[in-house]
Amino acid sequence: MILYIIRRLLAAVGLVVVLSMITFAIFYLMPRLAGASPETLATRYVGRSSTGATVEQRAESLGFYDPVPVQYWNWLKGVLFGTDVSTGADTVRCPAPCLGYSFKTQDPVLPEILDRLPVSFSLAIGAAVIWLVLGVSIGVLSALKRGSFFDRAAMTLALAGVSLPIFWTGLLALSIFSYQLGWTPPGGSYTPFSESPLDWAFALLLPWVTLALLFSAQYARLTRAGMLETMSEDYIRTARAKGLPERTVVAKHGLRGALTPIVTIFGLDFGLLIGSAVLTESVFGLPGLGALAVDSTRNNDLPMVLGVVLLVAVFVAVANLVVDLLYAVIDPRVRTR
Amino acid sequence: MRITRKQAAAAFVAVAALGLSACGGGGGGGQAGEGEPELSNAALGGIAEESDEKGGTLKFGLAGEWGDTVDPGETYYGYSWDMLRNYARSLVMFKTEPGEAGVELTPDLAEDLGESSDGGRTWTYTLKEGLKFEDGSPITAQDVKYAVLRSTDKQTFPNGPAYFEGLLDLPENYQGPYKTPDVNTDQAIETPDERTIVFKLKQPFAGFDYLAQLPQTAPVPEDKDTGTRYKDHVISSGPYMFDGEFDPTNGFTLVRNPNWDAATDPNRKALPDEMTVQLNMDPDDVDNQIIAGTLDVDIAGTGVQPAALPKVLQQADLRERADNPTLARLWYSSINPTVAPLDDIECRKAVMYAMSPTSYQNAYGGEYAGGAIATTILPPMIPGYEDFDLYGFKDNPNGQEDKATEALEACGQPDGFEFKVAYRAERPKEKATAEAFQQSLEKVGITATPEPLPEGDYFSATCGLPSYVVENNIGICVNGWGADWPDGYGFLSQIVDSRVIRDTGGSSNTSVRIPEVDDMIDEALVEQDEDTRNAMWGAIDKRVMEEAVIFPGVYAKAVLLRSQNATNVFVNESFGYYDYTAMGVKPE
Amino acid sequence: MSLMTPTSPEASRHTGPYLQVEDLRVHFETDDGTVKSVDGLSFAVEKGKTLGIVGESGSGKSVTSMAVMGLHTSKNARISGSIKVDGQELVGAPIDVVRRLRGQKMAMIFQDPLSAMHPYYTVGNQIVEAYRIHNDVSKKAARAHAIDMLDRVGIPSPRDRVDAYPHQFSGGMRQRAMIAMALSCDPSLLIADEPTTALDVTVQAQILDLIRDLQREFHSAVVIITHDLGVVAELADDIVVMYAGRKAEHGSAEQLFGEPQHPYAWGLLGSMPRFDRPPTERLLPIKGTPPSLINVPEGCAFNPRCEFSSRVPGERCVTDRPEALDAGGGHRVACHLPTAQRRQIWADEIAPRLA
Repeated sequence: MILYIIRRLLAAVGLVVVLSMITFAIFYLMPRLAGASPETLATRYVGRSSTGATVEQRAESLGFYDPVPVQYWNWLKGVLFGTDVSTGADTVRCPAPCLGYSFKTQDPVLPEILDRLPVSFSLAIGAAVIWLVLGVSIGVLSALKRGSFFDRAAMTLALAGVSLPIFWTGLLALSIFSYQLGWTPPGGSYTPFSESPLDWAFALLLPWVTLALLFSAQYARLTRAGMLETMSEDYIRTARAKGLPERTVVAKHGLRGALTPIVTIFGLDFGLLIGSAVLTESVFGLPGLGALAVDSTRNNDLPMVLGVVLLVAVFVAVANLVVDLLYAVIDPRVRTR
Repeated sequence: MRITRKQAAAAFVAVAALGLSACGGGGGGGQAGEGEPELSNAALGGIAEESDEKGGTLKFGLAGEWGDTVDPGETYYGYSWDMLRNYARSLVMFKTEPGEAGVELTPDLAEDLGESSDGGRTWTYTLKEGLKFEDGSPITAQDVKYAVLRSTDKQTFPNGPAYFEGLLDLPENYQGPYKTPDVNTDQAIETPDERTIVFKLKQPFAGFDYLAQLPQTAPVPEDKDTGTRYKDHVISSGPYMFDGEFDPTNGFTLVRNPNWDAATDPNRKALPDEMTVQLNMDPDDVDNQIIAGTLDVDIAGTGVQPAALPKVLQQADLRERADNPTLARLWYSSINPTVAPLDDIECRKAVMYAMSPTSYQNAYGGEYAGGAIATTILPPMIPGYEDFDLYGFKDNPNGQEDKATEALEACGQPDGFEFKVAYRAERPKEKATAEAFQQSLEKVGITATPEPLPEGDYFSATCGLPSYVVENNIGICVNGWGADWPDGYGFLSQIVDSRVIRDTGGSSNTSVRIPEVDDMIDEALVEQDEDTRNAMWGAIDKRVMEEAVIFPGVYAKAVLLRSQNATNVFVNESFGYYDYTAMGVKPE
Repeated sequence: MSLMTPTSPEASRHTGPYLQVEDLRVHFETDDGTVKSVDGLSFAVEKGKTLGIVGESGSGKSVTSMAVMGLHTSKNARISGSIKVDGQELVGAPIDVVRRLRGQKMAMIFQDPLSAMHPYYTVGNQIVEAYRIHNDVSKKAARAHAIDMLDRVGIPSPRDRVDAYPHQFSGGMRQRAMIAMALSCDPSLLIADEPTTALDVTVQAQILDLIRDLQREFHSAVVIITHDLGVVAELADDIVVMYAGRKAEHGSAEQLFGEPQHPYAWGLLGSMPRFDRPPTERLLPIKGTPPSLINVPEGCAFNPRCEFSSRVPGERCVTDRPEALDAGGGHRVACHLPTAQRRQIWADEIAPRLA
């Protein structure tokens, strides 16, 4: 098992390296293919009244004159061993893992990301709890009452939930609950959990529900399909033949069997959500990683983009690893094979 | 001043969110101008909710991150400059008054405006007495000198304005106080005593006071300077100081600076006890919160989003709190004379005549949200603006097919020709503009195909790269420009001087290559008499327009909204939005 | 016995057959029409006796066993007739009443023990669960019971195996565990649905021996459902041959193997694999395929496949449905051929070919 975990971790590291290489390549190759020079790239990171000399100086200090592999190696070196960076007035140490300095603000990337991580994490975890409870229970009920009014209504709503754009539901929710009724705080009011768990939950309630709505729908459909399949398994018949109450048959025997695909998707969703809840973060003014990813992409801020990509990749990899480990907990055939 | 990419993106999100109002027909915005009741405009030319009441918290909101930085040596965003005056004082500043006075300069740290000698080559300022930083230490001329010198280190502060290093007579190979601390810089800036600072230029520059109002002259104490990290806590010289650190993610709070002495500062009222800036908000949510009163101002100052616009125009109580100023900004398009057959002036004129100015205005959202039809490059509030209309845009707002056809004959292309109209793909208004060109030019047989290009590289790798424009047959680049400061030089120097065009790309000027204009700029720079100088800027404007290399679209306007709590509100003409040093809030 | 007083095993004072099925009909409504899976079936089993139900797949034998267990949960299933277990009527009884009987008075062994056991729970866990639903005992006691049951069905070192998962067992072991689970509450009625079909031939015999031994030990009524006459030959006291949801022939094992009278039973006997002949040589193959249960042939359901229908005068095989009539000694046969003629055909034409 431990060997297995190590193997998976190594694979995750490999994934992260490949992803960073691809990001690097996209960043440098695309403009190159369009005929851009190092100066062209550097022009993005100077003021608009700058002279050619300033641009060249900037290109030099950002290392754009080095071959791309060398630039990549320099970045990687920083991640592995840390690096020294000049603030102009001083030289400061950026310890490993140093994800580099923003091309745009010249701030170190890692603190900025770590600053935003709790926001994204808070958003994801609360939404996940809601959508799992909501989605799975609706899915189970739908499957058990297949063809009933409830089933049809739930699945129609689920379809609607999947199709409704978050910036619409989000703004609508804000305008009703925050501005008209005044029940929830306005957008952009995030309180760290460590400061006040109550305010934290209160401020995140609307984003959670809005985001969960989207996923609940998806999970309800998934759970329903899974339950329909499991409930026709032979072992469900056996459970009934034992005289188990239907409740136990569904919860203990049926749901457990239907859980595997849900856990798989959940791992991926959760890992990705850390860095991709762009619209929710934007609508509710939450300074999370998704917003950072979009902003830094728009700003051509390579180190920041790399940092976010790296972190999200790590999260997805870890989430996958957890999912794999969960498999072993759920399905003994994986554990004892 | 720079209009942020973020604002454009924010607008994009809003447009996507409220597709209805944005796409409800190209004429939607235009119609709004005719039938709608007037906005109050109480803060235009006058002071709305005038008040001297101190106290309370003034709440600012901003969509997305803080545009660049709060370091006075590097910041280059308009709203950042407006806000900066609360925590940093430069030698000179624009008057904090409504109306035209807003574009006039007045001393701030200095006792008076600059005193020039040596034919405009030397500029001397004397600091007021009793000036202090937030820590109580005195502000000296050396602090101002140090601030200016560090801002010239473009390796450390690459994003800041680059005027001082271009003009000051700095020693060869001077690289700023960090890398070359021992170099004597007295040949560029001299501080004979603690209150006197003398700037020495390589060439005469009559408008130096405009440079002296740049945030870069705000004093920085050398012993507190931490280079790129200084922005974490800028040492205040103004009425407010940072409460803790500047956080580009979560925003920041300004509190009163106990060491600011109102007696040294007639320009700032300093009404609220506290100012908060909330960042990373949703653009529509910013509007909603201002309407609801949980925020007071959108700090970006670019106006309400399309989603909220109809509401603001229709609701009487919101109209009372809305203003519609003209910004020191022109939405225009460059007609590239390097792309054949536009190298022939007659062919360029065909484009000028064929394009419908109204369709340009509609592309930007009509009269209120977009702006007035422009006939010149300089917007009206810039000193030196001259009202002329070489191509008869005002009388023929729908284009002049007959004249266009004549021009086509004259340039030997009676059947028309083809080129691409480039625009920034992320900006829906520019897209609409490109399409307006396509439709207008089609009528006279010119095929103009819209060409979306990524915003990030627009000036560095595509429209601003001379070779790219020619190779890709880009006849028109949809564009826009806001002044660094409201005078002819601040507005024109970066967009009509051919010498800023670099072969490696990166210039905002993509189409104006007129040697005569370059000479005219040089002459205006050294003209000491302000009125004469301003007239020269107007002449340059006209000369460029004659060449038909710029199609001026609209003088940008915005619908600004303030909360019902905001007091003492007026639009500062030098920025085009509310004066953030003047505003206060009603007591709770 | 009244439904108002649920029976416990001890309280059983009922006499007569432990399981009595009368005129059982199980119909399913589908979009294509009504599927008459079981259509008027009657039989009875006494404690200590074994009934074999034989037929091809789709003949209704499994549907019958599910009906007895009350496991037809589909809303489309319509069940009529009578099923009495220990004198208690199950058809129309409240779901919960039937559920309480399941596992306790009547238990079931399924065909494929791998899919029939939950892959995520240990074997012991599943036995414990079955035991504790009906017996208010501690987990520890239930576990001891489970180990005991595993021991009794012949699983070596049951103390260790109790914590193993189904997939860690061999096929035969799994079926033993399944039997242990079924018998954990000491049911008086055991239904085994194809209990050996999924197993290796060598293991099959062991499992059948086990069922027989356990039956003696527990003195229960056993119903074995199979398509394999060999299985019932070993175990059954009585045999029902089913075809298209109806009874074709019903008699004691001696009667059915000694003198089978239904042409379909002849076909089944002729299809039995035998070690003394090459496997390809089937003496009396049944031609054709089982009928659709939506459109059961008019008259005798077997008539399209019956090579003796021409010997029945007129078109009776095509028009009249034969009832299972007593051919003497309780041996019931549903065939229009006169009893004497059937006996003759068996003696003259069929038996010699099987010899």
